[in-house]
Amino acid sequence: MDNSLYNYILGISDNTLILGQRLSELCGHGPNLETDIACTNIALDLLGQTRSYYQYVAKLSEGQSTEDDIAFLRTEREYKNILLVEQPNTNFGYVIIRQFFYDVFHLLLLRELQNSKDETLAAIAKKGIKEVSYHQRFSSDWVKRLGDGTKTSHNKIQEAVDDLWKFTDELFYLTEDDKSAVISGIGVDVSLLKSSYYQIVEEVLQEATLTIPELKWFRKGGKEGIHSEHMGYLLSDLQYMQRTYPNMKW
Amino acid sequence: MKKNWPLWEVFVRSKNGLEHRHFGSLHAADADMALENARDVYTRRSEGVSIWVVPSKHITASNPEHHGELFEPAQDKVYRHPTFYNLPDEVKHM
Repeated sequence: MDNSLYNYILGISDNTLILGQRLSELCGHGPNLETDIACTNIALDLLGQTRSYYQYVAKLSEGQSTEDDIAFLRTEREYKNILLVEQPNTNFGYVIIRQFFYDVFHLLLLRELQNSKDETLAAIAKKGIKEVSYHQRFSSDWVKRLGDGTKTSHNKIQEAVDDLWKFTDELFYLTEDDKSAVISGIGVDVSLLKSSYYQIVEEVLQEATLTIPELKWFRKGGKEGIHSEHMGYLLSDLQYMQRTYPNMKW
Repeated sequence: MKKNWPLWEVFVRSKNGLEHRHFGSLHAADADMALENARDVYTRRSEGVSIWVVPSKHITASNPEHHGELFEPAQDKVYRHPTFYNLPDEVKHM
């Protein structure tokens, strides 16, 4: 089994799993019916993409694991998602900013990944582009509405920007497995997406009358399996059924 | 309920060639948001090819109390219905 490729794919798909899980927590708890359904739709898109990746990873493992094992039975240190996506749904402003910060990156990533030498990855990426374009439209719209809305909405979403900004730099970090995937023409060199990313993000934030914090220090670690304290709680929710009733099937 | 966003009526064209049909209503702050919400609430299982949204306040409805004078006189005038023609099989959607 090609461990490096296996890890490279998890580095992409753990983000969609964990962000999908975070959004699923809002199902039935959204600010109103319409946004509740919108967030749940996005969660379903992300979990659908996750399944495609995990099914491929399971195939690469040559029978050693199934897509369910990969999703539900790893320990915290084995998840390779970035810290941003595991941050909690503090309020709707945080949900939107977390989403927006990820969507912009996600779309840039998929646009490159569709040219991957790995045909399966290229096909999954291609299929996801339409979905993620919509996600980005949805989240940018809300960033502008809340930022350029009332004083309360502006302050709340500005707080989310200030708080979550420190997680954006990790998006462009490459692990050793990422680097070898880039060399073999399968992976995307995410460090090259950085300037386009910040350009798009800054344009939207500016239109939303929001200010960008001046930070010199950024947090990272998730990609290497070192997560924030929120991750354990998230996983205990996510894994509860499989841990309590091992091998349970729907 | 004063804090609720205004109500919008949603019309969806399910297929090219068919007319827009009323699908339901939803809340939204403005027309753009109404379209996005309609996409999420009513067409997420690919039910449509085109969406219209109209502020509900712009719809004038007939009064149910006037049912008699509005609709009943038509009932005994069968000649107002094209029931005496045979439709060729090729004509669809009639």
